[in-house]
Amino acid sequence: MSLLDYLLPYDFSPLTILSYMLVMGFYGVGLIRMPEQDRPGSLRIFAFTLGVLICYAVMQTRFDYYAQYMFFVHRGQHLILHHIGPILIALSNPLPVMRFWFAKISPGWRHTLRPLGWVYNVLQQPFIALFLFVGLIYFWLWPSIHFDAMLSRDLYWVMNWSMLLDGLLFWWLIFDPRPPAITSSLGYGRRMLVLAAAGVLQMFLGAWIVFSRDMVYDVYEVCGRAWPLDPEVDQLLGGMLTYIPPAMMSILGILLMLRRAMHQDGKYTNQSKQLEETAS
Amino acid sequence: MRTRFWRQRTNIISATLTLIAALLLTGCFGNDEEDWNGKNISGLMPELEFDLINSQGKSVSGDDYSGRVRMLFFGFTSCPDVCPTALQKLNQATSGLDPALQDEVLTLFVSVDPKRDTPERLAKYVDFFGDNIVGLTGKEPQLRELAKRYRTTFGYDEPDADGNYAVSHSSAIYVFDREGNPRLLMRPDLSGEEIRHDLAALIQEDA
Repeated sequence: MSLLDYLLPYDFSPLTILSYMLVMGFYGVGLIRMPEQDRPGSLRIFAFTLGVLICYAVMQTRFDYYAQYMFFVHRGQHLILHHIGPILIALSNPLPVMRFWFAKISPGWRHTLRPLGWVYNVLQQPFIALFLFVGLIYFWLWPSIHFDAMLSRDLYWVMNWSMLLDGLLFWWLIFDPRPPAITSSLGYGRRMLVLAAAGVLQMFLGAWIVFSRDMVYDVYEVCGRAWPLDPEVDQLLGGMLTYIPPAMMSILGILLMLRRAMHQDGKYTNQSKQLEETAS
Repeated sequence: MRTRFWRQRTNIISATLTLIAALLLTGCFGNDEEDWNGKNISGLMPELEFDLINSQGKSVSGDDYSGRVRMLFFGFTSCPDVCPTALQKLNQATSGLDPALQDEVLTLFVSVDPKRDTPERLAKYVDFFGDNIVGLTGKEPQLRELAKRYRTTFGYDEPDADGNYAVSHSSAIYVFDREGNPRLLMRPDLSGEEIRHDLAALIQEDA
């Protein structure tokens, strides 16, 4: 197989390619056109591009072939779509680019798009966001549903896209750069609680897969593996990928939130005192 | 006041959404009405379609065998255990059917090892497993296309000193009804009796 075969999609999806092109196109054009002082630094641009690229790579290259026929590669794919990719994108803080494009939307359109904002606000309620984030992992790993998702091409695409979109929503809620003291973003304490809960719940599932004696996901058995790997090793590796890295990412997220909270401690109190004074 | 109102509202919204999600989940986990031994795959996979050559070396397509219940199975003739066991079981299952029903079902054995499995070799191999079985093969890209269509794959091991090599392939049997709609996926651990029960039900439901 040539290098090109590894880079070309295994299961070509025009909609997926179009979506990625639009995201990168809007980001790039926004960067060039926006005023110099708002433009994110090169590290942030790099983080955003890397996040988008790795998500694209696991969906539209040969990687997807291995993800379809190996359980542990599939777990790696979801680790990128639901965790690492969205984390990079959220940490890169693309807010200035989004603000730039939002300012270009005409007031009429903004009015029509308002329901979208309401849906967003409901989805970003901490409890709902946590329920969706962990619930989707449990849902797609429910053995009978997982079996169907790996057999049906449509379900497979729904699964991967739902993981990516939910990952973006969740990690944006967690890493929202706007300080909660002066904006409507979620408070740091709550962010840490949500992260801890998500970590624990994912560890339960991961541990269950790792310590299962029986084959939980036999669809890979039935439909053939990409190469002859021992089924138990495949399940063990996949379980570990569900168990360890997500838990580590929850802890890293909590540490990052602690750091931010400590940095901002006392920073906005003067402002709020002033506000109180002017109000009284 | 206003914020309190909204806070109460969002609580109601979250409770409703949780309830809806729970209902959806129970809906998904509901059992099929029919009592199949195989796994029901109606609607999960595309209908039967292929472009291959048969054991006489003629090119054939899915339409050439329409009107019968068909069982699609991937394998190769040098296969040491999985394929002979599965084909033997399918032969057992079909030969135990009512004689009037036996011609209503056809096994399609697709060899994914076209390098070694010439049409002649394939013909000799499938004849050993009864009358209602057809051997099919094709060029590797054609076989890859078919495997991808049914969400499976195959691969070749490194050849040993004698040039023999193992081929990894799906162990499932895909069952299609007379119209070519995907209906059941049978795991190799089903017994001949269980397979026969499903086949008889499929043949009779369309008749």
